[in-house]
Amino acid sequence: MSTSGFEQILGRHPFFADLDPAQLATLVGCARNVRFEPGEYLFREGEAADCFYMLRFGRVAVEIATPGAGGVTLETVDAGDVLGWSWLFPPYKWHFDARATSLVRALALDGVCLRGKCGQDAPLGLALMTRFARVAIQRLEATQIQLLDLYTAGR
Amino acid sequence: MLDTKAPDSTNPTPAAMRLLPAPAADPMRPVPWTVRRVLRETADTFTLALAPAEADTRLAFAAGQFNMLYAFGLGEVPISASGDPARSDELLHTIRAVGAVTRGLRRARPGDRIGVRGPFGTAWPVEEARGHDVVIVAGGIGLAPLRPAIHHLLAHRGQYGRVSLLYGARSAGDILYRRELSRWRGRFDLSVEVTVDRAGSEWQGRVGLVTRLVDRAVLEPASTVALLCGPEVMMRCAAQALEERGVPQASVYVSLERNMKCAVGLCGHCQLGPALVCRDGPVFRYDRLRRVLAVREV
Repeated sequence: MSTSGFEQILGRHPFFADLDPAQLATLVGCARNVRFEPGEYLFREGEAADCFYMLRFGRVAVEIATPGAGGVTLETVDAGDVLGWSWLFPPYKWHFDARATSLVRALALDGVCLRGKCGQDAPLGLALMTRFARVAIQRLEATQIQLLDLYTAGR
Repeated sequence: MLDTKAPDSTNPTPAAMRLLPAPAADPMRPVPWTVRRVLRETADTFTLALAPAEADTRLAFAAGQFNMLYAFGLGEVPISASGDPARSDELLHTIRAVGAVTRGLRRARPGDRIGVRGPFGTAWPVEEARGHDVVIVAGGIGLAPLRPAIHHLLAHRGQYGRVSLLYGARSAGDILYRRELSRWRGRFDLSVEVTVDRAGSEWQGRVGLVTRLVDRAVLEPASTVALLCGPEVMMRCAAQALEERGVPQASVYVSLERNMKCAVGLCGHCQLGPALVCRDGPVFRYDRLRRVLAVREV
């Protein structure tokens, strides 16, 4: 896909809304198309977190391995979602597994490249930090509510 | 052309209340019904199908209303009707066995008799929602009181805009009405999304809060009526997610559960702030009660 195609995709995505053209061009320069077959892992716990994904098609299960129970799915992300924030925060390691449960097509954005750009371009760093902080907060709130085990009788 | 003006009705007005089905005779006297079938839904949840024990017994209800089910010798429990409101010859109630009475009802077998009082309370605003998009958000056993509304919407499908059912359950094994959900998913005029809170790797569906489904739902906010039923925290989160999508709080309706005893507004056991849930609910317009629901002491 040409970079103009990436620009269109990223420019229309709500997650990247309000980025200025130069910031968007930086992201486009760090993007590439990726594809995963069902069952294939996008990343595994403990591996270097060197990118994040913008899912264009399919579903990914974010899992944690538990002794005896195999993988427990913590959440799923679908087309349109952004997956992965560990590339932005030390120690830059994935904390969970991410497994494609169907054919997945996505844009992978090079986190190592972007970290470098963010170091040189503070507004870009702030823009990305703000967006990923929002994702992290939403995930935290969801986890807190899931811990309530709401569907147990009497809740 | 759909009317895009959001409905401005509140809870049913006294005039509208009179139009809702009500007990035919003495509301305090249980009428015997015969257990026709007991359907196991999940490990702890079952559906009782009841048939009139006497030839002239009928019980018409509106979607969202509840009945008092009397397990003779054990006691009464309020249970929302969960069947098709167009059928008055068979009553369905989906029940989670969590106490002495509901466990007693689970032990019922075809041919057994139980007492029924009802129907009581307010209904889902399915008439007011005509011409609008309808978003149904159900959590856990909260799908049961919403099922009659879904039956109604599908029976009158042409009168509504987009209809979406967003359903969250604890796990895959806790999903109610699996066959019906599969059938509904196969329709081209109904969007059905299901998510569970926890799952193993064998589950291929969504995992996450039902509120995330609200974020993704296709809807026209100003012309959407939302019907919510499930744990109160879930309903509050879903109402907030709908508000963030631009759905007016006055177009959001919730079904509440409190300690209903008499079901006719006399005993006061189900008081919730200024309302008696058995009489003024169980279906409420959310903006009328949202402040009360946030008060811990109530």
